[in-house]
Amino acid sequence: MRTWVLGDNVDTDVITPGRYMKFGIEEIAKHCLEPVLPGFSKEVNPGDVVVGGRNFGAGSSREQAPAALKHLGIAALVAESFAGLFYRNALNLGLPALVCPQAKQIRDGDALRVDFERSVLVNEATKQTYAFEPIPPHLLEMVRDGGLLAHLEKRLKCRTTS
Amino acid sequence: MMTLAQKLVARAAGRGSVTPGEIVTCKVDLAMMHDSGGPRRVKPMLERLGAKVWDPSKVVVITDHYVPTYDDESRKIIRIARDWVREAGIDNFYDEQGICHVVLPERGHLRPGMFAVGGDSHSPTGGAFAAYMFGIGATEMLGVLVTGEIWLKVPHTIAMEFSGKLSSGVSAKDIMLFLIGRFGLDGGQYQAVEYRGAAIRALPMQERMTLCNMTAELGGQTGLIASDSTTEAFLSSKIEAWESDSGAPVMAHHQFDGSSLSPQVAAPHSPANSKAVDEFKHVKPSVAYIGACTGAKLADLRMASSVLNGRKAKMRLLVAPASARDVKAAEQDGTLKILQDAGAEFLGLGCGICAGYGGNVLGENVVAISTTARNFKGRMGAASSQVYLASPYTVAATAVAGHVCDPRELLQ
Repeated sequence: MRTWVLGDNVDTDVITPGRYMKFGIEEIAKHCLEPVLPGFSKEVNPGDVVVGGRNFGAGSSREQAPAALKHLGIAALVAESFAGLFYRNALNLGLPALVCPQAKQIRDGDALRVDFERSVLVNEATKQTYAFEPIPPHLLEMVRDGGLLAHLEKRLKCRTTS
Repeated sequence: MMTLAQKLVARAAGRGSVTPGEIVTCKVDLAMMHDSGGPRRVKPMLERLGAKVWDPSKVVVITDHYVPTYDDESRKIIRIARDWVREAGIDNFYDEQGICHVVLPERGHLRPGMFAVGGDSHSPTGGAFAAYMFGIGATEMLGVLVTGEIWLKVPHTIAMEFSGKLSSGVSAKDIMLFLIGRFGLDGGQYQAVEYRGAAIRALPMQERMTLCNMTAELGGQTGLIASDSTTEAFLSSKIEAWESDSGAPVMAHHQFDGSSLSPQVAAPHSPANSKAVDEFKHVKPSVAYIGACTGAKLADLRMASSVLNGRKAKMRLLVAPASARDVKAAEQDGTLKILQDAGAEFLGLGCGICAGYGGNVLGENVVAISTTARNFKGRMGAASSQVYLASPYTVAATAVAGHVCDPRELLQ
């Protein structure tokens, strides 16, 4: 599961360009990161990890940005910090956004495994580990449920059956 | 002692006081959506849940991203919005009346003290009215529509104080580009940014809206200005005073002299690439764009016209006004005529080419100067296009000069 390393301030306009916003997520995902990594959507494999620097996901509220990354099978997003709105969107879709102070030490193409139990990223080749901040406790159940929609579905079902 | 942000959050959370960093659940007084992130996204999710909107009277829907429609997809998106508001019983629907952030307060939906969410990143615009307003994505909007509530990490406050008086030809856009250049796209740290000081208090409402709007580019969750007589005059009714307690602790307090601020320009591809206008005189755009929620309101059109009066643009000058009411007012006071005489081409009401959603986008290698809020790579068109951001004064001056130009040279 390789990493795709990007820089600081990766914005939602480059993650999912506006001109494709009128389409469904399948079409949008084909153009994911097109302005900075042409061909990304073809080369990426399920389980890959996208790594950013500071303020990953800056800009527009378009939820299609994390949704496209999730659609392509990205297992987790790792960054030194995330733009607040993007962070909420990613977790609301059940896509782990992991704050990792050492994110900039991760190199493009590294094989990386996410160990959620221990809150560490493991470099499969060197066995080096990078700690990430656990997902905030008040959002953990929602992320485990697969995101806000599934979480609400569960809650509403509980309400009608109880 | 609490800051304005903390007071607004405490009220919405039903608490006497709140502490920065704690997680609270807030009751939402108003939820705003547009055609792109709104009905077409939330309708299928509501249907999956078999849920209804918690309080249709608290929801406002405004079409702006895909109007005017230009193809089958955009027509479908707008049709879904029109049908859904009827089904959901939402009376607050503004169809092709302008950009959501401008139409919402213009139609009286925002008042000091409110707690509001918007399905768009520029929703902090509402903070100009001393309302806590911030942007959320479509699934989070679904959560609000179903429950009427949202969680929030109580923000710290970052105070940005501008003393003195802005020079003629310098505007809220220049203040904000300066701040983003100084503090970066994450300078706001997803906290509440409060704008204070004599230079801020002197700003008219639409200028305050520009400032709070671009708190998104500064990386704050919301941007706030205390309510005062200017707020009251805009709303034409008595308001409660909402302001920070004097001496309430803030995370940071930055002080600047508004009198010495010069017009700012942000180079491609980030609003954080901003510097004083003088550094860009060699840049020769072929398109000057006056549009968007931060650049084509009545106040913005008037700024542009004050420079363009009796002059001709030497490049393509595109104007996409921000609201129907502002167009009417600009027609009546002669602003539109000045723009027309200068050679402006008018686009339809709405977001225009700002987010690159519509039919008109910038082509390969086009260099543009624009009054919009962000210039990320490929946002307004081709990835090779180069967009410089500036105030309506500076964009108009550039259109006339043929190169990036300090508007103060033309306003003398």
